[in-house]
Amino acid sequence: MNDSITPDVFDHLVGLAALELSPEEAEYLRHQLNNQLKAIHELEAIPLPTDLTITSHGVPFPVHISPSLRRDIWEPYPDPDRILSQAPDLEDRYIVVPDIPHTELK
Amino acid sequence: MSLCDLSAIDLSELIRRREVSAVEALDSALERIAAVDGRPGSLDPGAEIPQDAKTIHAFITLTAERARAQAGEIDRRLSQGEDPGPLAGIPFTVKDIFCVTDTLSSAGSRILANFQAPYTATPVARMEAAGGVMLGKVNLDEFTYGSSNESSAFQPSPRNPWSTDRVPGGSSGGSAASVAAGEAPLSLGTDTAGSIRQPAAFCGVVGMKPTYGRVSRYGLIAFSSSIDCPGPLSRTVPDAALMLRTIAGADTRDSTAASLPVPDYLAALEKGVRGLRIGLSPDYFRITYPDPETGEFAQQPLSDEIAAPVWRAAKLLSEMGAEIVEEVPMPNTRYGVPAYFVISRVEAASNLHRFDGVKYGYRTPDRVGDLREMYRRTRAQGFGLQPKLRILMGMYVSAAQYSEQYYNRALKVRTLIRQDFDQAFDPLGSYRLDALLTPTTPTTAFPMRAVYGDSVTMQYADQLTVPANHAGVPGISLPAGLDSAGLPIGIQLLGPDFSEETLLRISRAYELATQDDPWRKVRPGR
Repeated sequence: MNDSITPDVFDHLVGLAALELSPEEAEYLRHQLNNQLKAIHELEAIPLPTDLTITSHGVPFPVHISPSLRRDIWEPYPDPDRILSQAPDLEDRYIVVPDIPHTELK
Repeated sequence: MSLCDLSAIDLSELIRRREVSAVEALDSALERIAAVDGRPGSLDPGAEIPQDAKTIHAFITLTAERARAQAGEIDRRLSQGEDPGPLAGIPFTVKDIFCVTDTLSSAGSRILANFQAPYTATPVARMEAAGGVMLGKVNLDEFTYGSSNESSAFQPSPRNPWSTDRVPGGSSGGSAASVAAGEAPLSLGTDTAGSIRQPAAFCGVVGMKPTYGRVSRYGLIAFSSSIDCPGPLSRTVPDAALMLRTIAGADTRDSTAASLPVPDYLAALEKGVRGLRIGLSPDYFRITYPDPETGEFAQQPLSDEIAAPVWRAAKLLSEMGAEIVEEVPMPNTRYGVPAYFVISRVEAASNLHRFDGVKYGYRTPDRVGDLREMYRRTRAQGFGLQPKLRILMGMYVSAAQYSEQYYNRALKVRTLIRQDFDQAFDPLGSYRLDALLTPTTPTTAFPMRAVYGDSVTMQYADQLTVPANHAGVPGISLPAGLDSAGLPIGIQLLGPDFSEETLLRISRAYELATQDDPWRKVRPGR
């Protein structure tokens, strides 16, 4: 079997996905990805007419069933502290995060 | 028969006539849950205990006190001559992918295991506004990613009430199991590739995926935003009609919720099928499967046991006056899963980027050097294998150098799948169908742990349901008998956009025609 997703490509994807994987997880996931790619390659058997357009969702939304845009009016949430209380680390109603990677300007 | 075994409509009549109180109906449901559900799913279940293998485990969170307050309020309103709504006092369960104010809304994932939703999803709000009593949140595959429920971070995962060594299907497995076991007459699920219809078929209940846009997605934790559909699971067709009528309709908070008026699905339910054209397609009677040795894909005929109820349904519907149209070509059916492997993964990867440990949900307790390390560590510890798999595939197939080969091609294949349905349902075309009749699943419920881990074989469990998701058209799975092992078999009806009224009509005709069948008398686990 020729893997389409090599270990190097896989590692690149893991970085882009903001993930860390154990070696066992990485081996399993890369194997599964390549198995799924085999299924995806089935799509290559289909002759696609050159004028075929993509479908971004199945149901067309003609004007008569499309909701009109609602008015752009601010609707305050009644209890913002309830939302803030979900934050893993909060100080004086500010959400605290670790150091943000940055470069000091000289 | 206990109150909890009644249909929602029968129970609602008793409650509205005040022959039974909403609190009594709730107590009946809670007694059933206590008797059959076993311990709820949790992040730290410890070792499996012998009892786990005998119970259903539909629930993650039972909100009994919240439900008791709701039921008490329904009784109070009824005693004062008020009308609490069409679902007055009806217990229902909610797949834990919907946000409900001040309840745990976990998506079956460690990364949201501590998330208390600050708002309520529109379909849930509509059920509660109609008098429904929410029993709690039921288990699912993590972020809905699966067809067996085994991928949930909350274990023990649900088991099939008909045979607890079998999966309930997924991803709305907790929903289907809770309805089949008599824990609730109604459950709110979601269907992205078959996640209502496949578990409905596996658990012997009714499950409907409405047209994309028929039911608001507001408050649904998103998987694949161009496909996700909330919908009802129930034990009877009229109950599904009642629930759909309650949850469907425009919503200013979801721009894809169609503004089309919602018909009274119950009113049209028993108009019969005379004159309707119902199709059968050979493309739904052969299945694609990955060869375990080579990994190559082959096709084989559907098993006779799964196909026979479809043929029987066609015969019954024909005898009731429907016209059966055979040999309807649906040639792109087999490409539903491959296209789904691409489209759903791209959308899933996009939707999962929001879970980063900053604003809500899980954050790694480890000491980290900076924000990026916090992201990586949080997502590594918070996501299970299935979300990780979907993120990685989504990023791969949408990468600049591959997107034309994979993503754009899959979106064009979706167009072809849609064209299959357009041609079948075209009122001026060759087939002019009102509905397509198919099997729901390639097999009945498979044993626990038999497929989990093989992500390709698992996805192919949805091969007969996912084309409707690509096309956006509505579908319904109906119980249609039992196989030689005593497991439920499902049949499926698919229709044109917004044809739920017709699908429910056909379904009801079939339900009435088979109401005296011996298999209808068999109850799960008894």
